[in-house]
Amino acid sequence: MAQYFTGTDYLLSLPVVLLTLFALGILLIDLMLPKQLKWVNAVTAFAGVLFATAGVWRIQAVYAKGAGGYLGRFAFMQSMLVDRFAIYFFYLFLAGTALAILISVRYLEIENEHHGEFYALMLLSVVGMMCMAAGYDIVLIFIGLELMAISTYVLVGFLRRDRRSNEAALKYLLLGAFSSGIFAYGLSLFYGLTGSTNLRAIGNALQHQMMVRNGHADPVAVLALITTATGLLFKIAAVPFHQWAPDAYEGAPTSITGFMSVAVKAAAWAMLLRILVFGLYPLRSVYLPLIIFVSIATMTGANLAALTQNNLKRLLAYSSIAHVGYMLLGLVALASVDYTQPAFYDGFKGILLYLMVYTFMNLGAFAVITSLRNREVIGDEIDDIAGLYFRAPTEAIMMLIFLLSLAGIPPLAGFYGKYFIFLSLIESKHYVLASLAVLYAVFGLYYYMRIANSMLMREPLEKELLPLSWGMRAALGVTAVATVFIGIFPNWFIEAVNWSLGLTQATPIAGLMK
Amino acid sequence: MPQNYVPIFIFIAIIGVLIPVTLLAAKLVRPDNPHKEKLMPYECGIDPVDSARGRYTVRFYIVAILFVVFDVETIFLFPWAVKFKAFGLFGLFEMLIFLGILIVGYIWIWKKGALEWV
Repeated sequence: MAQYFTGTDYLLSLPVVLLTLFALGILLIDLMLPKQLKWVNAVTAFAGVLFATAGVWRIQAVYAKGAGGYLGRFAFMQSMLVDRFAIYFFYLFLAGTALAILISVRYLEIENEHHGEFYALMLLSVVGMMCMAAGYDIVLIFIGLELMAISTYVLVGFLRRDRRSNEAALKYLLLGAFSSGIFAYGLSLFYGLTGSTNLRAIGNALQHQMMVRNGHADPVAVLALITTATGLLFKIAAVPFHQWAPDAYEGAPTSITGFMSVAVKAAAWAMLLRILVFGLYPLRSVYLPLIIFVSIATMTGANLAALTQNNLKRLLAYSSIAHVGYMLLGLVALASVDYTQPAFYDGFKGILLYLMVYTFMNLGAFAVITSLRNREVIGDEIDDIAGLYFRAPTEAIMMLIFLLSLAGIPPLAGFYGKYFIFLSLIESKHYVLASLAVLYAVFGLYYYMRIANSMLMREPLEKELLPLSWGMRAALGVTAVATVFIGIFPNWFIEAVNWSLGLTQATPIAGLMK
Repeated sequence: MPQNYVPIFIFIAIIGVLIPVTLLAAKLVRPDNPHKEKLMPYECGIDPVDSARGRYTVRFYIVAILFVVFDVETIFLFPWAVKFKAFGLFGLFEMLIFLGILIVGYIWIWKKGALEWV
């Protein structure tokens, strides 16, 4: 026991370590800053994100470079697997966090709640997300989940003097803690069944048990699967477990709503894919009907509920639930075929690409809503965005781009997310589900165009021009350019997703599934 | 493997019988003369003055949370101290990092005034 960890272990945890150090540093620096210099914390946090990105890039350069590089490396006695899948998600989290920091600065000043803890908690929640994406041991995944969730509970309630924010934080905390408990219960049953906390060992043991029982799953394994899936589906806000999302999204500070709807959601998806596809793949015939049911319920419930919303944040909350429904269809496709079939990869690709384009277009939309907040105006009702075109024409055009992209109109990024999902559905012969999804996309178009209608064709209630901070301009520029760019040149991004799945190699992801 | 659960069922059956029997036996044997002072909640020997459901200051919670944080720190320190030689230099540095993170938290709560009782 003289040698515990090697240099590889430390290099692979570099981004996590850097983010933790920056978060602690912000806490200390914040104590010394006078009230008017709080923006320094945002700069520090942004620098932390940049350093962590450099760390991820370094890992990629050393361990996952090029087409022939390694698919991944284990660290800390196989509890962490930094593979290309994890690296892809690392970049996604960091991009979402950087954009959320940019749109937060002025918003927090207006709300008069500009504290360093905001940024420190944000960075710590990214640490949790990275543990979720790279976790290969259910203990590490669970700790990452809790670190992320607890930081987010506090961030949701960050507007201390606002009743809605407090209510949202309490609801989110209670429901989140409850679902974490159910999730932990399911994981403990898997540990009891297989005698290991390692995802690969769990998968192998389950495979063996299925073989011994002639392809039937152990009833306890089914129970464990259902409880685990409940926890996972709660975290991505799929329909029977979605009730927390609209409330939490409405009450949270708007920039945090944006952060939650992209980074936190991407982390939950990373965890879901890790557990259901990498670990519990032998049980896929058991969870397939469950996922089909949940995806139909999610698309139906969320799209119908979104039609009648008048609060922009609630509307986008339901829209983000609807997007989860589409992404679950990708999971249906990849779970219903063997991993040698093209539908498996197209479904996987669809989910990953969808999460990437969703990060940009949804954060862009939330950035526009954040900018509506003024001294007197809360700015999250659909009336507040009325006549935005006359107050801030560039911003209105950008919002239109984000909305069209969210609806999945072809030349924009959102189209490619949906394209691969629907393609994989057709390849795996789920024709009814594919047509249902297309039908619901039409519903989506209606409620997105309601916002556009209010924005472009109604008289503004406030006449004055909308002031935009530099951070907001940068965030809007990046998200709008990315949304258009991914739509027009999708090839590079599809290649990036292929790379993250190791598809350019002779032995693709199959090597990791074994 | 249902036969593995047999001991558990035996335990449940024993519990189901034993608890009512002992409670009933105690009820039959013990002297029973309640009066006011006996039924009062115990509060360090003095007479309780108010309802237990009154509201009290939120600072108690902060102190309790801080106590838990530093209590957990001790729980982590203890096994390390017992196995200090086996962990060696590696363990020392790991523990210093752990304490360093906690010290940042300590400075933070101190400066934020969470330790002041006013």
